[in-house]
Amino acid sequence: MRNARSPLAATIRQNSGFLGAIILLLVLYLIYNLLHPRGFSAALLIQNTNESVAIVFLAMAQTVPVLLGGLDLSVGAIMTLTNCVASVVVSGSPQQILLGMVVTLATGTAFGVANGLIVVYGRLQPIIATLATGAIAVGLALFIRPAPGGTVDDDISWALTNDLYELVDTYGWFDADAAWFSSFAWVPVPLLIVIVIAFGVWLPFKHTITGRTVYAIGSAEGAAYMSGLNLDRAKIAAFTLAGFFAGCAGLYLAIQTSSGNADITQAGAYTLNSIAAVVVGGTSLLGGVGGAIASLVGALVLRVISFYFRIVSIDPLLQPLVEGLVLLAAVSLGAFRTLRVKNQLALFR
Amino acid sequence: MTADRPIVQLSGVSKHFSGTRALENVDFACFSGAIHGILGENGAGKSTLIKIISGVLQPDSGELSVNGTRVSFANPTHAVASGIVCIFQELSLVPDLSVSDNISLASPPRRFGLIDKRAQRRCAEELLARIKCEDVDPNALVRELSLSRRQMVEIAKALGKDPKVLILDEATSALTSRDVGTVYELLADLKAQNVSSLFISHRMHEIEQLCDTLSVFRNGQHIETFAKGARTDREIVRLMIGREVDAQYPPKPAPKPRPEHLRIENLAWERQIKDVSLSIGKGEIVGLGGLDGQGQKELLLGLFGVLRGMQGRVTIAGRPCTPGSPAEAKQASLRIALVPEDRKTEGLMLAMSIADNLLAASYARVSDGIFINADKARQAVEDGIAKLRIKTGSADDPVATLSGGNQQKVVIAKWLMTDPDVILLNDPTRGIDVGTKQEIYRLMRDLADQGKTILLYSSDYAELIGCCDRVMVMYDGGIVASLSGDAITEEAIVAASLNVGGAVPHAVPGPSHA
Amino acid sequence: MKIAIPSLKSEDKPIFIASGFILVILSVGTVYTLSTQGTAPLLSPGYLLQQLQTGSFLGIVAAGMMVVILLGHIDLSVAWTMTAAAMMATTVGGDLAIPVGIAIGVGVGLVNGFGVAYLRVPSMIFTLGVDSVLRGLMVAHTGGFAPQDSATPLMRALASSKLMGIPSAIFVWLAVSLVIAIMLKRTAFGRQIYLTGNREMAAYLSGVRTRRVILASFVVSGVCAAMAGVMLAGYSARAFQGMGNAFLLPAIAAVVIGGTRILGGQGRYAGTLVGVILIVLLNSVLSIMQMPEAGRQVIYGSVIICMLLVYGRGNKVQS
Repeated sequence: MRNARSPLAATIRQNSGFLGAIILLLVLYLIYNLLHPRGFSAALLIQNTNESVAIVFLAMAQTVPVLLGGLDLSVGAIMTLTNCVASVVVSGSPQQILLGMVVTLATGTAFGVANGLIVVYGRLQPIIATLATGAIAVGLALFIRPAPGGTVDDDISWALTNDLYELVDTYGWFDADAAWFSSFAWVPVPLLIVIVIAFGVWLPFKHTITGRTVYAIGSAEGAAYMSGLNLDRAKIAAFTLAGFFAGCAGLYLAIQTSSGNADITQAGAYTLNSIAAVVVGGTSLLGGVGGAIASLVGALVLRVISFYFRIVSIDPLLQPLVEGLVLLAAVSLGAFRTLRVKNQLALFR
Repeated sequence: MTADRPIVQLSGVSKHFSGTRALENVDFACFSGAIHGILGENGAGKSTLIKIISGVLQPDSGELSVNGTRVSFANPTHAVASGIVCIFQELSLVPDLSVSDNISLASPPRRFGLIDKRAQRRCAEELLARIKCEDVDPNALVRELSLSRRQMVEIAKALGKDPKVLILDEATSALTSRDVGTVYELLADLKAQNVSSLFISHRMHEIEQLCDTLSVFRNGQHIETFAKGARTDREIVRLMIGREVDAQYPPKPAPKPRPEHLRIENLAWERQIKDVSLSIGKGEIVGLGGLDGQGQKELLLGLFGVLRGMQGRVTIAGRPCTPGSPAEAKQASLRIALVPEDRKTEGLMLAMSIADNLLAASYARVSDGIFINADKARQAVEDGIAKLRIKTGSADDPVATLSGGNQQKVVIAKWLMTDPDVILLNDPTRGIDVGTKQEIYRLMRDLADQGKTILLYSSDYAELIGCCDRVMVMYDGGIVASLSGDAITEEAIVAASLNVGGAVPHAVPGPSHA
Repeated sequence: MKIAIPSLKSEDKPIFIASGFILVILSVGTVYTLSTQGTAPLLSPGYLLQQLQTGSFLGIVAAGMMVVILLGHIDLSVAWTMTAAAMMATTVGGDLAIPVGIAIGVGVGLVNGFGVAYLRVPSMIFTLGVDSVLRGLMVAHTGGFAPQDSATPLMRALASSKLMGIPSAIFVWLAVSLVIAIMLKRTAFGRQIYLTGNREMAAYLSGVRTRRVILASFVVSGVCAAMAGVMLAGYSARAFQGMGNAFLLPAIAAVVIGGTRILGGQGRYAGTLVGVILIVLLNSVLSIMQMPEAGRQVIYGSVIICMLLVYGRGNKVQS
């Protein structure tokens, strides 16, 4: 029993759903590679990660307001807006490119701050407030880019969407053919970007008082208030972080597609998919339980399922159907809890 | 270091909630290094007192001083900053965070701006060790713990705030007897460190064993403060009950045989109801007594079809009664009504009109086919308002605009509209004014005289005595005393509720469920 | 804090403000057209009726959406319920076209209601999943192409013919409005929707079968969306992929602008009607002004935020 006291054991126990999702992801991806004619190749990995980055960031963005017990319907729109911003500013000299990237991310973050301020000081329901700000974000995106297009620096586009070898080779930081480098030269840059942001931004945030307050609000707002936590600050921070992650998604989308596209339908679809990814990752829509890393995995699970349609002899037209069924199954599993409730009043709390 | 000057002092403090007084002109003081017990019946104002001291509520009038300095706390954080820490009944724990997270929720140890999980865990372990709770894993989620462990975590959390004044509000009610012992030792330790403790409990044994000063509250007033041993148990019970009863209750009819209507045999549910058997006749008012949370509420909910998995047998007029929902319970074959405990969340839709609330249970009765008959509906609403003399400007006003007493009348009128045979009442007079209370008492007796079967739970013992033909006192899910006629006395109910005196064979200091 | 006029109930305030805003929209639009073209089409009944004709589809969707929002839930599946109903109706064709379309709405509503009321999955996510399943089914059904079947004459007549010079779609909208308004105001079911949306626990303890109320409300929403879909197919002469996509968010916006609380329990049908008209006229004025899509979106979002801020902010949460 002593073993059950270790932090590791507690972590495993409390995150069994998350671990299940990771195992599911690994199994799904393993089988995918086995079935794929180019399975286990670096090229396939690069292609797959590239196609997943935007939704992964967006799922992480959606996670933070959901942890509060709210919902952010503007994440897809913020991604679209920052995508268009990036298609204007990420070009020119290296300094200009860097500045452009900062401006892009700052745009997303600022929009998140605005969402937070409206929700906290306007005392509006997050779902309806972000529905409206989402329309504003898409509108701004259309101002910037009425038709798809724009330019993103070719070098950075190439370097950031391939493996480390190409990154190093493009900018000539050192001899990319060096022997010591060859063992990880295959690592896809997009994968690294996601890991760096997830572990460099989300994890530290989770370990601040503000981050913990976000969880406390979602779990028991009354207790959080009684304990003297600063609720307003945490709420604003949650939406701010959502804006930042959505900005990351938009920036990467611009780099990946070398263009900006203010597509309203796409923005809406991305937002809804981000909610699905959050749920599949195991974050509760009621708040308080889950995390951005879990949503990252959830988004990847959904992506891998969609990759299958390219190789398995299922009609690709069935893809949305299967995705929908997976989502319904995932959420309905949790519903068996309600069948065990003995005091029916507990259902309404 | 001796306590010439009180560490906490209230002078002339009053607090009202929508017309009812919770505290009236209270003067109160407690001193460093004392363990100060606060006694009183349910609703005597103890909870309001400590909520004011700990900054959860602000007084309507009067002053609060700490160490001789006048203060006004806007929220609990301010009170904590002054060294006043309250142990709430697991109110301040976040279920989805770990024990160590909860213990240092607001001010965790930090490194480089981030929460230092390791230091936090060490700190939690130290605090838990201090209250002998080494068995609690600091990494466990609070959600995973039993109620008694959660309560101990709450105590550890309070200790971590380094209190000068520690308030324990029924903090031992959920604890195992071993933990209770630990808390006693802890309080003695704190006393030695000149910390003052305010101790609120329903259990006389605890208070006697622990406290050196006692204060009795009744009806929102501070009755008396005295040193331990200055008064006998019997005198203390008298002080708690007061002498201002009688006269306000309608006369009870002489006991007579009544045809049995509701019969409960060996009812059991989870761990909250244990083998309850009870028979109530037509026209009889039976009271349920006892401390809060001894299964009375569950019994009423169970009869009303809310609980699943009930064991035992219930019959109404000889027919089996097993409603699966309130909708079935109110149907013509059973005719059960329940006036729930919390009128704001369970009884009323506060934002909706008085008319809508009155009709909530009876739309089928005022409809022709699928359409509501506006005339019938208006008539029913007018009847309901008239019958209970609900004071209202217009039936279209939101029910939230009414006073507490009138709101409760709306709930009762809503159910009377369904013409029930069995009326279950869960503490119907809690928090309402005296005038309305008397009207409700009279109404209950009228209904009984019309042949209704009434089961009343009340946290006010005087009410049980004044209204009921018989009183069942519940303790830990079972009926421990059945009183009728002249045997229904305050002393008998209080004794059975507190589980002291000869009423119950096993007199233990607390329920022994883990 | 502005104190409302005593006779004005808080529920009516949004309706008056929104109505006032409609007048503002009309005047601004008229001033614009007078100054640029010297005409005032916004004041001509013909033009207004034409706008309302296209608005009637949104109006019918919003009517169903309002019923669900009154419960504190939401129906995100309306977009593909519309499309599915339209596609199945055109596929079946003949006399059965419209009944089949409506039946699709009933079926979708039952599934949504079961998930939300009995499994107690948040409506936000359950209806989203159902939307995705419907999309999958329809894509599979049509092979991903625009279906070749065309709408039946009756469908076309309902959507685009005129009766006494007034588009018949408007009559359908009025009929739906009348049914929903009477249902909400004058039937036990309608009142129970409000009770449940206000506080499900108190409604349950009053003997309201809250689960059935929720189930039935989702069926109402499904049927409304299906009707709108069938009519939209009649208007465009055929069904097509994604034909309902443009209706989801405006329908929610119309309901909320009309003063219905997004958390449920409060709102009047007249408000939703006004909300739909506001959105329709806002759109037409913006298109008269040849406002690019960008400006429309920004104005659209700002209007929602501003109106909600004007209606009064929610109460601050305390413990």
